[in-house]
Amino acid sequence: MTRLLGASSLLIALGVAIYAALALLVGARKHRAELLRSGAVAVYAVWALATVATLSMVYALVAHDFSVEYVARVGSRATPLFYTVISLWGALEGSILFWIFVLTSLSALVVYQNRAREGTLIWYTGGVLMLISIFFLILLVGPANPFGLVSPVPADGPGPNPLLQNHPLMAVHPPLLYLGYVGMSVPFAFGIGAVLSGEIDSDGWIRLTRRWLLIAWAFLSAAIVAGMWWSYEVLGWGGYWAWDPVENASFLPWLTATAFLHSVMVQERRGLLKLWNLNLIVATFALTILGTFLTRSGVLSSVHAFSEGPIGRYFLAFIALVLVGSFALVAGNSERLRPTGSLDSAVSRESVFLLNNLFLTAFTVTVLVGTLFPLVAEAIRGVKVSVGEPFFNRMTLPICAALLFLMGVGPALPWRRASRDVLRKQLIPPAIVALAAVMVSFVVGVRSPYGLATFAFGGFALTANLREFVDGAMARRRALGESPVIALGRLVGANRRRYGGYIAHLGVLTLTLGIAASSTFRTEREGTLQKGQTMDVGRFTVRLDDVSYREEPQRGVIAGLVTVLRDGREVGRMEPRMNFYPTSDQPVPTPSVRSRPAGDLYINLQAFSQDGSNATLRVIVEPLVPWIWIGGMIVCLGALVSMGGRKAPAPATVRVRADRTVPTGAATEGAS
Amino acid sequence: MNWRRATLAVAFSAPIIGLLGFGLTRDPKQIDSPLPGKAAPAFSLAVFAPGEGETALAVGDTVRLAGHAGKIVVVNFWASWCLQCRDEHRDLSTAATSYFDRGVRFVGVLYNDQESFGLRWIDEMGGQTYPSVLDPRTRTAIDYGLYGVPETFLISQDGRVAYKHIGPISERLLSYKLDSLLRDGARTP
Repeated sequence: MTRLLGASSLLIALGVAIYAALALLVGARKHRAELLRSGAVAVYAVWALATVATLSMVYALVAHDFSVEYVARVGSRATPLFYTVISLWGALEGSILFWIFVLTSLSALVVYQNRAREGTLIWYTGGVLMLISIFFLILLVGPANPFGLVSPVPADGPGPNPLLQNHPLMAVHPPLLYLGYVGMSVPFAFGIGAVLSGEIDSDGWIRLTRRWLLIAWAFLSAAIVAGMWWSYEVLGWGGYWAWDPVENASFLPWLTATAFLHSVMVQERRGLLKLWNLNLIVATFALTILGTFLTRSGVLSSVHAFSEGPIGRYFLAFIALVLVGSFALVAGNSERLRPTGSLDSAVSRESVFLLNNLFLTAFTVTVLVGTLFPLVAEAIRGVKVSVGEPFFNRMTLPICAALLFLMGVGPALPWRRASRDVLRKQLIPPAIVALAAVMVSFVVGVRSPYGLATFAFGGFALTANLREFVDGAMARRRALGESPVIALGRLVGANRRRYGGYIAHLGVLTLTLGIAASSTFRTEREGTLQKGQTMDVGRFTVRLDDVSYREEPQRGVIAGLVTVLRDGREVGRMEPRMNFYPTSDQPVPTPSVRSRPAGDLYINLQAFSQDGSNATLRVIVEPLVPWIWIGGMIVCLGALVSMGGRKAPAPATVRVRADRTVPTGAATEGAS
Repeated sequence: MNWRRATLAVAFSAPIIGLLGFGLTRDPKQIDSPLPGKAAPAFSLAVFAPGEGETALAVGDTVRLAGHAGKIVVVNFWASWCLQCRDEHRDLSTAATSYFDRGVRFVGVLYNDQESFGLRWIDEMGGQTYPSVLDPRTRTAIDYGLYGVPETFLISQDGRVAYKHIGPISERLLSYKLDSLLRDGARTP
């Protein structure tokens, strides 16, 4: 019953989506209002049908209906309810189903929000979104049908992939990632819609696009950090990033989207980079689809790979269509995207944005080349080669350092042109902090040039960004007599886009500090301990008290009981485990992490003896790791602040420097 | 629309699409198994599902690879939680009976599963004609370099791994491989 309901909703949704796409695209071209109205209703109907299909699957999972193929593959009676529900996105078919749910929800929201908007932009946009939905619905009706029938009906299933049911972060990371990935379809649809509707030379569409891209970007940022956190908490190696193809796949669109968020300001403010921005939007979307293709087609070997199927060919056809169609459309209309302004000076904020885009693009190309290199090597030389961490680290560290530096220079420079005087005033204090940071990090033992550069440029950027808040608030305080806290709040509130951006910068800096410190000052020891024996790692002493085995409904658990001592005093107990799932040939490591602001103590159970008399522990002391997660949250907070663009009351501008103004109202709202 | 530029843009994306298309024809996990041609790893495992008719063994009996010297042995790794094992089950059972008289012995190895689940599965699937054995701590699976279930190994009369099959195997392929092995065996006594 559930099976039929789900399968038929998907089939009907496909038909309705085809109608919606035709009605919207034809209606927009021929200006037929009744077609457009019915098309809009069809978009809502597709959403409703996709919702029914998704809920049917959730119901089938919870009810352990093993006649449904997907449930038979990922369900199990012993799996706790929580993991049963989230196994909706634990394997290929379910994840595509969830994808279409998110995509149709966003489509319906976009059409509904803008249905009264003048012009045909929104209808073309809706049409493009429906074309994308059609592709995913074809997958769900055909090669990735989750509602297939299993006969005879099995009594029980294997349960989700053990790695996916071992940590609650699995409930957070995938949906965030899908929201980010799928969210990038909306700016893409707006971009193509703008070209098709001829609104490409007006400014309205870019504002809509920017807001949607910002939302998707925030989700993608959160997803990447949550993914790092998950890998840190689950995989047992004490790291959080390994340049795995799938990690790269999520990072690539993030890089191009970040580039867009910066360069779009140059377009809004100075009328430059219009063609470039449109290309960034198309590239971002294409990279999300490429990422999905790479993870689901089995083209590259990865720890994250989904089970394979004929789905790769469909994705390839879709990527080809997206690339060919959108680049042809953009290139064909490029003459209408001529700049309407010009670059006045090499030393200005817009030129820093230009450099920032240059480096972000170089970053994207580097990561893309590294990711696809195994394919290139096999195509040309016929051998299996892959490039690992050393390649990525060596290639991207200089780019990161440059971006950090620009992050400090950008906010300090005014638009159009910076005078020598301004440069001196703006850049000398951060430079002093940078110098101090280098000396301090050298004293505490940083020797690698990139480590020193990171701390130097990090200090530089931190000072430059913080000064924006301090100077702005002080100016308000002097001019309006507000208390410091209120001045700061109003400063941010009056110019949310700009200060949201600076908050995001602070988040990235916090995250960078966490990564730099934890990778530079990491102490790691591995040893086999008899019961009662101790081992010293950094400031800590760990003592193995016991090794025990216990049965839980869905798994067996081997646990080491470890007491943590510091200066001879007991400060805590930890329980690193190995979880054995019946369907997995390998135990799933479950490290125990003790998090404090100063850093983490990370213990992983590597091995144990059968009689429980000893165990091998890997103990890692990693300073400042929690700041990576906190930094990620600050980035999202920045995006959130930046999203609100409510027009503030009448502008009052206070002159503080010869050629710099501190906005107290909405003077630069929507433009900075 | 400027068609010249549009065409250029299309030409630019062609190599990327070509590269991804090439990727689809490759399997990154396909790292050739060193086993075929080498002596099959020995095993000695206890029967938990007896099989049927003339192929049957008593529960608790030990199946030794060495005990089948001179015969062709088909070793199939399976599990009750494995969906693809359902697809090949009928074909394996049929082949096990039809090739018994020609000196081919089938043995199922239960992989990462519980005896009771395995028995219930055999029951649900309408029986299994050949015996299945337990593989404690998946020692044998490790010896055979198992990547996943189902996997099937054909061991020739002289104790070498003649063929390794990943995924569900069909009766047609099985007959083809067994027939050619039997022919070769007849030629070199």
